[in-house]
Amino acid sequence: MPRDTLIRQINQIRDEILILGSMVEQATLSAIQALKNRDIHLAREIFEADQTINEKRFAIENAIITLMATQQPMARDLREMTAMLEVNTELERMGDYAKGIAKVVTRLGEGEVIIPIQEIDKMAEIAVSMLHRALGAFVSENHTQALAIPKEDDQVDELFNQAYRKIVEAMIANPALIDHTNLMLWVIHNLERLADRVTNICERTVFSATGELFEIDGMDEDDANV
Amino acid sequence: MDNNHNTVLETKNLNIYYGDFLAIKDVNFKVFRHQITAIIGPSGCGKSTLLRSFNRMNELVPSARSEGKILFNGEDIYDPSIDPVEVRRRIGMVFQKPNPFPKSIYENIAWGLKINGFRGSKSELDDLVEQALRGAALWDEVKDKLDQSGLSLSGGQQQRLCIARAIAIKPEVILMDEPASALDPIATLKIEDLMRELKENYTIVIVTHNMQEAARVSDYTAMMMLTGDEERSGTVIEFDQTNVIFTRPKDKRTEDYITGRFG
Repeated sequence: MPRDTLIRQINQIRDEILILGSMVEQATLSAIQALKNRDIHLAREIFEADQTINEKRFAIENAIITLMATQQPMARDLREMTAMLEVNTELERMGDYAKGIAKVVTRLGEGEVIIPIQEIDKMAEIAVSMLHRALGAFVSENHTQALAIPKEDDQVDELFNQAYRKIVEAMIANPALIDHTNLMLWVIHNLERLADRVTNICERTVFSATGELFEIDGMDEDDANV
Repeated sequence: MDNNHNTVLETKNLNIYYGDFLAIKDVNFKVFRHQITAIIGPSGCGKSTLLRSFNRMNELVPSARSEGKILFNGEDIYDPSIDPVEVRRRIGMVFQKPNPFPKSIYENIAWGLKINGFRGSKSELDDLVEQALRGAALWDEVKDKLDQSGLSLSGGQQQRLCIARAIAIKPEVILMDEPASALDPIATLKIEDLMRELKENYTIVIVTHNMQEAARVSDYTAMMMLTGDEERSGTVIEFDQTNVIFTRPKDKRTEDYITGRFG
């Protein structure tokens, strides 16, 4: 088959994106683990992992730019490579959300706080699962699956609302802890945003596979937050 | 498809034969005024044959004949009442290899004007030569050596001289058959810039093997491919705006060709 070099290198970048994605999934789950166990040591490890995520993101970006410059991709290849640039950026931002949760863990220290851990756990589980399947759909150019995944974001939004109410109630019940309890809002916000960004990956998958550019779900962060 | 442009050339169920061999089969497409239309496709799919049919150059090949219609401003150029020389005056051609006459730069331009019936004064002729050379973005490079041989110029300059020669007689359409394939990248970009300037006044149809060139320079792209029994006859399989062809082509064969997966 002609264009072996281009095809091989695109496959390599796909693999790298999957690796980056699994690093982000791991960072997110570890951050929730650190929060649950109030594990400051684990939280610091997530800071380091985020550094690696950032470096990997730039390495992937460089590889894509080099491939574009040297191979002049067209049509489906061109769409996939521009989509990869977007997905790459989304993953790096998701890594920042995980890092943000880890930061909350270090700021809390051993201070007293009420954590709506059930909802947070579930949010993380769904968001990570959505991300995992969205990346699978992306590399296999499965636009049908990509169109279906964003619907699951509704569950994350519902859990966000439940957790939000619990956090506000905790603030009212114990104003002395507002400073710490407020940090829980950051945690659920980050998880909710992570799930939103999965939708962006799905939109890029549809574009890559079909050439159609549109928003799968008009919901943005303002709608979802309250 | 953008239909806001008016049509200069249109083929209707065009078939072209060389003897019994059907080289071009059932081609229907349009060339819009003041637009650059690229014809792309693999070697041997009939791109040049199609291009040459637009100004009746094919009939210089003894066994060539055609069926269907080619309308130029609505008129069938193969109608018996049409003079092929007049067709070729109004639809000029630039070839792959620069082919200036072995004469001075000045004469390369003036000659075409003279055989097309120019009867004005020397200073009028000078003006027309200058106009053509300016139009081909060559004037500044050659104005001090108009009496030197056209063959003394570089390849890129020679090609622009051929373009100047073509536009001197004020055609409506310029056909270009791989005009930059014998040129280095810088000379190629100059020709491409020139084409974009020329489209203000002319309609351009270009055949190219270089897809990046088609993508860079053209407004519309026609994708040709061999089809039919034993895949021996060329036809246009997809025609659309260039940005559509190169980002989201509809035909799988176009996709495979432009992404390099053809063959």
